Amino acid sequence: MPRIRRELYNKEICACSIFGAMNRDSERFTGAGVMKAIANMHVRGNGLGGGFAAYGIYPQYEDYYAFHLMFTGRSVAAKLSAKKELDAFLCQKFDVVYDEEIPHGDEATVSDPPLVWRYFVLPKKQGEDSLLSDEDYIVSNVMLVNTRIENANVFSSGKNMGCFKGVGYPEDIGVYFMLDKLYSAYAWTAHGRFPTNTQAWWGGAHPFGLLDTTIVHNGEISSYGTNRWYLEMYGYACTLQTDTEVIAYAADLLMRRQKLPIEIVAKILAPPIWNAIDQMNETEKKLLTTLRMVYAPLLMNGPFAIIIGQTGRMIGLTDRIRLRPITAATRGEMFYLSSEEASIRLISPQLDRVWTPNGGEPVVGELNSMRKVLQ
Amino acid sequence: MKSFVFPEFEIIRDEEKCGQCRGCERQCAFGTHTYDPVADRLISDNYKCVGCQRCVIFCPKDAIVVRPTQSFYRPNASWSREKLEDLKKQAETGGVILTGCGTDKQFRIYWDHIVLNASQVTNPSIDPLREPMELRTFLGAKPDLMDISAKDGDVEIKTSLSPNLMVETPILFSAMSYGAISYNAFRSLATAACKSGTYFNTGEGGLPQEMRDEFGRCAIVQVASGRFGIDAEYLNCAQAVEIKVGQGAKPGIGGHLPGEKVSAAVAQTRMIPMGTDAISPAPHHDIYSIEDLSMLIFALKEATNYEKPISVKIAAVHNFAAIASGIVRAGADIIAIDGLRGGTGAAPKAIRDNVGIPIELAISSLDRRLRNEGIRNRCSIIAAGGIRCSSDVIKAIALGADAVYIGSAALIAMGCTLCQKCYTGKCNWGICTQDPRLSGRLNVDIASQRLSNLITAWSHEISEMLGGMGINALESLRGNRDHLRGVGLYEWELDVLGIKGAGE
Repeated sequence: MPRIRRELYNKEICACSIFGAMNRDSERFTGAGVMKAIANMHVRGNGLGGGFAAYGIYPQYEDYYAFHLMFTGRSVAAKLSAKKELDAFLCQKFDVVYDEEIPHGDEATVSDPPLVWRYFVLPKKQGEDSLLSDEDYIVSNVMLVNTRIENANVFSSGKNMGCFKGVGYPEDIGVYFMLDKLYSAYAWTAHGRFPTNTQAWWGGAHPFGLLDTTIVHNGEISSYGTNRWYLEMYGYACTLQTDTEVIAYAADLLMRRQKLPIEIVAKILAPPIWNAIDQMNETEKKLLTTLRMVYAPLLMNGPFAIIIGQTGRMIGLTDRIRLRPITAATRGEMFYLSSEEASIRLISPQLDRVWTPNGGEPVVGELNSMRKVLQ
Repeated sequence: MKSFVFPEFEIIRDEEKCGQCRGCERQCAFGTHTYDPVADRLISDNYKCVGCQRCVIFCPKDAIVVRPTQSFYRPNASWSREKLEDLKKQAETGGVILTGCGTDKQFRIYWDHIVLNASQVTNPSIDPLREPMELRTFLGAKPDLMDISAKDGDVEIKTSLSPNLMVETPILFSAMSYGAISYNAFRSLATAACKSGTYFNTGEGGLPQEMRDEFGRCAIVQVASGRFGIDAEYLNCAQAVEIKVGQGAKPGIGGHLPGEKVSAAVAQTRMIPMGTDAISPAPHHDIYSIEDLSMLIFALKEATNYEKPISVKIAAVHNFAAIASGIVRAGADIIAIDGLRGGTGAAPKAIRDNVGIPIELAISSLDRRLRNEGIRNRCSIIAAGGIRCSSDVIKAIALGADAVYIGSAALIAMGCTLCQKCYTGKCNWGICTQDPRLSGRLNVDIASQRLSNLITAWSHEISEMLGGMGINALESLRGNRDHLRGVGLYEWELDVLGIKGAGE
């Protein structure tokens, strides 16, 4: 029997800035403001990663899954060879209705950019796969590409949305992909990265996405090893050498596959402490005890603040003892989440309401509805 | 026949200090010390001494020292003193060499080659004196997913859940039967378990009737191959039922409680005639295959109305991980694995010192196996056999265990010095004996206090180490090998443990 090699995975450790802006009336706006806001938190990053997720940017292709791919490699030939392999795979598994290189500006602002391409696709399910839902089919094929095809990485796979990310300060990445000129979205999230222990690579930047769920994350997940084995049991391959992807996969598992509402998901990722649970009424106590019992391996331990982006909504959440706070604010139909209040004030000096949510308490902004859950 | 074995220990008595109080004479059940009225002095027979240190600790004048004898055979790397003496004893008796406690041989103790992580800068460490630190653990099967319906804030759980045991700290008392250990020792374990929010395991000797109401709430009752003391009330008064298939100290063989230890009370509890040998066969004679085990698991679930988790305890042997996976599929809610260094009241030395694998490797390979099969959440793992301190516990959990059983550690807390003479029934510390004169030495209040102190102390230390790693709930460390590194281990050992080497 071949010996099982030990798991020499690397967990990324990083400090970061995160920002999100959403128009709840679905009015779309360019990335200019978000780029300005995240640039204001320049010192929270170190130029080794920045990225954006934008929702509502592909209305002309809204029924198709938009795959953003990066092809890495030392030479142009290596990148093209990865693309060739990927193209063959895609043609076999999907109907590609349109594809193009993602337009970009001056390469001088970023270092060593990969070839970044987008494909608009529909699943072409055959054989046993026809039993899968479209979404499960997409997820399993994204996992396949990311684990099997060397130098090819699907970093965005939802409908009518997309991630843009790379090595550099986020404002530079924004300029590189011309987010302030080419795209308008009803919701944007952004991330500036300060990694301390991994080599900078384009795939390692935030946001992390699977289908239309994206995560930008500030912090370190101390429970990574535990979260990871649990998610691997459900078929999620953690390939990106970062702890953030476990949050993306946990969100996918709980929200899409198990269809749990965000209030419940928040109580799984950042549950109340036992002392608090023991004081609750019987119904709440039973619910929270059961959640902690069943989903113990998905508790995200260690300091974190995250913004989860999904079609139609944006969710902010911090760890249960709020080691990384997040600021939420509203102005008219605009809803903001940020590591620092100053960044929100920079682009919207007047605010209707500004607050710092408690640890483990999700703040949810939805199109045309805004609620603070379990107040 | 003249014995050619010389004494293991020598007793040095300081005649200046000795007050001839004859305390040592009364303390020693092995008859080591005798009083010579003519000379008005105490005489010690080195041949009888087992090195349990009872007389040393209880001498009011601090006049006695017991130490390994100075005599030696010509040193020989191949023929150690122990090998020589065991051989001589067998030549003299023609018998099997018996022993007690866990193996004392130099198998690598992996705990001592694993180091823990701590937070620096990027992730704040947490001070358990100021912040909540959660060790609460649930033992039992968990569903793959939960079906929850949420309507206008009303949340309803639709999934039916398996029963689970809740422990406030991941340390349980391992199976030690009444009969093997004294009533007072047994009751001390029960008292401490209830006080500390954890569980004790009755072992295979039943649970005395009068203890059921008070201690059933913190008892795991065992069903072993001898089926001693089992009735419906026994099964239902406890919180979980454990089927004992194997024991780390003696995998593959059964048990034998000599008739001398079967007192009236032991006989009543075990439901056997007084003074008869209580023999547990090597296998369960109704379990010759995995499907037989499954039938017993479900028979016990039926008998307890599906209200109690069923645990199956096996010894860690070469291909145990595959077997354990089968046991989970057979319906067990908890797998207890007992490693090479696990203790016993009596075992053939040849078995104790040569059969089984170390628990550290076993935990890791079982956890990995169950994860790879996607059934890790369908059972909990309790690791046993060689847990000596709080850092062993935390490492066991990071390697994938849900909780640990402690046996020897609990006995040591009560006074045991691991003299390995448990099988003689003459335990001077009142633990492993049925002699009322000896067992009366163990005060239940004091012994149970010592046990709960131990649990408290370890829990504090676990919290401290956990906080240092920036983790405030034990469940976030379970199977989290990222927080472990190996020092001085071979590549294959790191592979099995699933950890990186220090500095990697």
